Amino acid sequence: MNKCIERLYNGIIKENPTFVLMLGMCPTLAVTTSATNGLGMGLSTTAVLVMSNAMISLLRKMIPDKVRIPAFIVVVASFVTVVQLLLQAYVPAIYNALGIYIPLIVVNCIILGRAEAYASKNDVLSSAFDGLGMGLGFTLSLTCIGLVRELVGGGAIFGHVVIPADFHISIFVMAPGAFFVLASLQALQNKIKHPVKREGQGDPAMACGGCCANCMDAVCAENHRKLEQAKEASKK
Amino acid sequence: MCVLNKLLNVSASPHVRSSASTSSIMRDVLIAMAPAALFGIWHFGFRALAIIVLCTAAAVLTEYIYEKAMKKPVTVGDLSAAVTGVILALNMPVYIDLWIPVLGCVFAILIVKQLYGGLGQNFMNPALAGRCFLLISFAGQMTQFFPDGVSGATPLAAIKAGETVNLTELFVGTIPGTIGETSVIALLIGAAYLLARKIISWRIPVIYIGSLAVFVLLFGGRGFDLTYLAAHIMGGGLIFGAFFMATDYVTSPITPVGQMIYGVCLGVLTGVFRIFGPAAEGVSYAIIFCNLLVPLIEKVTIPKPFGREAKQNGKE
Repeated sequence: MNKCIERLYNGIIKENPTFVLMLGMCPTLAVTTSATNGLGMGLSTTAVLVMSNAMISLLRKMIPDKVRIPAFIVVVASFVTVVQLLLQAYVPAIYNALGIYIPLIVVNCIILGRAEAYASKNDVLSSAFDGLGMGLGFTLSLTCIGLVRELVGGGAIFGHVVIPADFHISIFVMAPGAFFVLASLQALQNKIKHPVKREGQGDPAMACGGCCANCMDAVCAENHRKLEQAKEASKK
Repeated sequence: MCVLNKLLNVSASPHVRSSASTSSIMRDVLIAMAPAALFGIWHFGFRALAIIVLCTAAAVLTEYIYEKAMKKPVTVGDLSAAVTGVILALNMPVYIDLWIPVLGCVFAILIVKQLYGGLGQNFMNPALAGRCFLLISFAGQMTQFFPDGVSGATPLAAIKAGETVNLTELFVGTIPGTIGETSVIALLIGAAYLLARKIISWRIPVIYIGSLAVFVLLFGGRGFDLTYLAAHIMGGGLIFGAFFMATDYVTSPITPVGQMIYGVCLGVLTGVFRIFGPAAEGVSYAIIFCNLLVPLIEKVTIPKPFGREAKQNGKE
């Protein structure tokens, strides 16, 4: 059971698909014009992700290595069709708002990524929880982005208007606003997760001293790994 | 320090220096914008002055607070934030709610300039990015050039609708428009000052205006109609944009050939936006779009270093 909770934590916080892995950017930027849309997209993806991860995990010993990608896509596409028909039948408003992005869940990199990286190598229960964690992480991110964009750009929270129309900054419900909000939220969560140390007071385990002006990309990741190790060592 | 030490002191190049500094250049730009600003205040009343003061204060204050909060050296003394504030204010219609220009200044300084590393690192002109941000967000207010209840059109909107305009009014500037863009004569006085002080070169503005003129004559659909052409050149933000905004050091090419290419791109894009686009004006969008092309333009126009041989194979 512990492993399942670890999977959930991994998907929602540690390897959040939007803010950490930067996967699935296309739906993230396109459908988060309102919190409801973000939530709808996130939950649809979660449903597909849980089912496809479980199914692919079940079939992992039968799928030949050479044709695994087409096989994964067939599985994912079947579940997407099911979800699409259900949405169309029971929540037509969300179905219309999400439009083309529902069929496009098939090619969402999160789903193929999890199938390839996790479900095809692990047992059914862990894979299902991995899908649930990733899906909830995606839902959480999309809802946050949608919430901010809807509030600033349209003055509403889940459709309830709270700010008069004169004060709507409508660029936030358009494409540029999606980038602004995504970048700001990502900066915020980086700030919380990896507190930047000022020059001169960095950890000795980090070559750059924790100053992000001096370290980038792979070097930075390596530095953070060293910092984690140093933390664990100090715990023991 | 004794004389001997001074004699032995060898410094690296450059040995011939100009006394110009960022703050002296920015001061000259502010002086050059003064005629247009004063004309705007005379033409539109004290509300224009209020907008200019508010914008300048907001821009400078944003830069100061950000740099204090981030523990960076405070650079408000170089006046570049003040220039951004004044340019943005001169781009505002006078009847706008006063908080909107302030929001634009905060966006320009904080997002476009400081987050990319401050003066010299911004990839587009902060004032224009701020204006476009406001133009998209508050389209109604940003294009309302008349008090509530009075209808009318700016010269560009009028010629787009097929009406005629009075050229003398266009030249003097007693027309509707944003605070700083209406008076061609006041802007030209400022531009002449900048050219005389060698702050800007003639290349970008002249080629920009020239290529727009050619574009309008070719594609304007009016044949060789000089009144229509003059209205295009004097009726909108073209003169202001060409002399004061397209020539921003940070966001324009430094090579002479690059500046010419940049000017042509600006002229063509402005023409495309004005004649084929849905809006009457296109100067701001053309300039920020061309700002993005600047690194590419510079890449292809880097001059050959002195002494390097030309490439042997094929091309020169």
